[in-house]
Amino acid sequence: MLRGLWKLTWLEIKIFLREPLGAIGSIVFPVLIFVVVGRSFGGRLTPGAPPLTGFLRVGLPVLAAVLIPLTEVLSLIAIIAIYREGGILKRLRATPLRPQTILTAHVLAKLAVTVATLVLMALAGRRYLPIGVNVPIWSFALAVLVSTWSILSIGFVIASIVPTARFAQPIGTLILYPMLALCGLFIPLGAMPRPLQVVAHLLPLTYAVSLLEGIWKGETWRAHAGDVAALVIIFAVCTALCAKVFRWE
Amino acid sequence: MAVSDVSFEVREGEIFGLIGPNGAGKTTTMECVEGVRRPDHGTISILGLDPFRDVYRLQNRIGVQLQQAQLQKRIKVWEAVDLWASLYSQAVDRNQLLGQLGLEGKRNAWFMTLSGGQKQRLFIALALINDPEVVFLDELTTGLDPQARRAIWDLVRAIRDRGKTVFLTTHLMEEAERLCDRVAIIEHGAIVDIGTPEELVARHCPARTVVLATENALAEECLRSLACVNAVERQDLRFTIHGLGDEFVSDVIDCLAENRIRVTDFRTVIPTLEDVFLKLTGRSIRD
Repeated sequence: MLRGLWKLTWLEIKIFLREPLGAIGSIVFPVLIFVVVGRSFGGRLTPGAPPLTGFLRVGLPVLAAVLIPLTEVLSLIAIIAIYREGGILKRLRATPLRPQTILTAHVLAKLAVTVATLVLMALAGRRYLPIGVNVPIWSFALAVLVSTWSILSIGFVIASIVPTARFAQPIGTLILYPMLALCGLFIPLGAMPRPLQVVAHLLPLTYAVSLLEGIWKGETWRAHAGDVAALVIIFAVCTALCAKVFRWE
Repeated sequence: MAVSDVSFEVREGEIFGLIGPNGAGKTTTMECVEGVRRPDHGTISILGLDPFRDVYRLQNRIGVQLQQAQLQKRIKVWEAVDLWASLYSQAVDRNQLLGQLGLEGKRNAWFMTLSGGQKQRLFIALALINDPEVVFLDELTTGLDPQARRAIWDLVRAIRDRGKTVFLTTHLMEEAERLCDRVAIIEHGAIVDIGTPEELVARHCPARTVVLATENALAEECLRSLACVNAVERQDLRFTIHGLGDEFVSDVIDCLAENRIRVTDFRTVIPTLEDVFLKLTGRSIRD
């Protein structure tokens, strides 16, 4: 079933980087902004300076770790829609390739880009923002992978059914950005009205943020087993769903 | 419903063409056989497999070129061939295949930079990469210039000569006539007739026509007296003679010789598959 997966993944990464805006827009630009902002504020922000520290220490890295996958999802949806509209999916269908393989390859390609961007940001940020002296970087990387994979799987489902490339972007934005408002990153979950809290707990992003925040702060995986379980369930449901609803043309 | 009454058999090692006007159901029929579309009724058997149930096993043994397919804009020719080769349990030599299709110079070109004919040849390469037993070609030369078309015809004949079976659709009658061993004419989702191009012409358009020019005043009378001649039209010195049967042209020539009638022009008009096609599918314009 996975025949061709690695080749297709590698190919999609290369093709993505050949796009005029591919490498620059998703890797170079975010890192560059990060460095520029870091340079202008870097000297004045010391680890002890309240009240910015709370957000800088935890919020900012988590926001980056969530925002980047979200933009990757939008790009995933757009790419699949373009492939569908252009008849590329149709051509792939007439081979032994299966839809899961195609989507998995795109997710792996996106993960690779996400990881590359975050690693570069971390390297660039180390000089200007002296956060994370005791950050469990490998655990955090794993948490990023788990949450990104889960967030991307929602993209799968949207990508499976969006009919045209023109609608892909607005529909993706409409579904994804409200999640950002309710994920607990900007307003703590406890401070929300009860109905909104219920909604927030139905959204995958909430679990991703909770996991990323916790791991970044140095909490154990055991304490966030619920978040991981939720993310895995979301991934499993979305994958099963897209195998059912995937449209080739 | 696109297709309602379609029944045919494709023989091993032949080039079989499905011809019909736009919207007649050619592509639908072909997609059902390829296993990418599920028929509501009826049975299909290809290489002993059910195309829908055994689709992955079938796709490993067939090669497909689709109408209006595209690849990723920035995929390189060799990358596409390499990816396709990795999808099947067996693959032919990639460099040799690119060579056969005249694409070795385009190995590193992006798909979006290829010409129409080059794209079509790449799609044929992808259809042949797994050394398939049956090759499906849907409208493979539509939109190509005559040079590219002829080159592709040679390629298709070469596929058959290697013992493969080719199943193609086209709406170019010249293509069907020159390329196909047998053709099926499809119209409104039903097969109208099947046979070799020659058989179809003989069956549906047996009429023959000779056009000649002569100054001999006796010509008209002599020609009219022939048994196989149905009608003679005259326009100044030019005669158009309509008749039936294989002997008709010889009889006209014999008649001219016996009566020592000198002609300044002589040509025969033999009906083609296109005449058969128009007769069977009508002359109204389709969408």
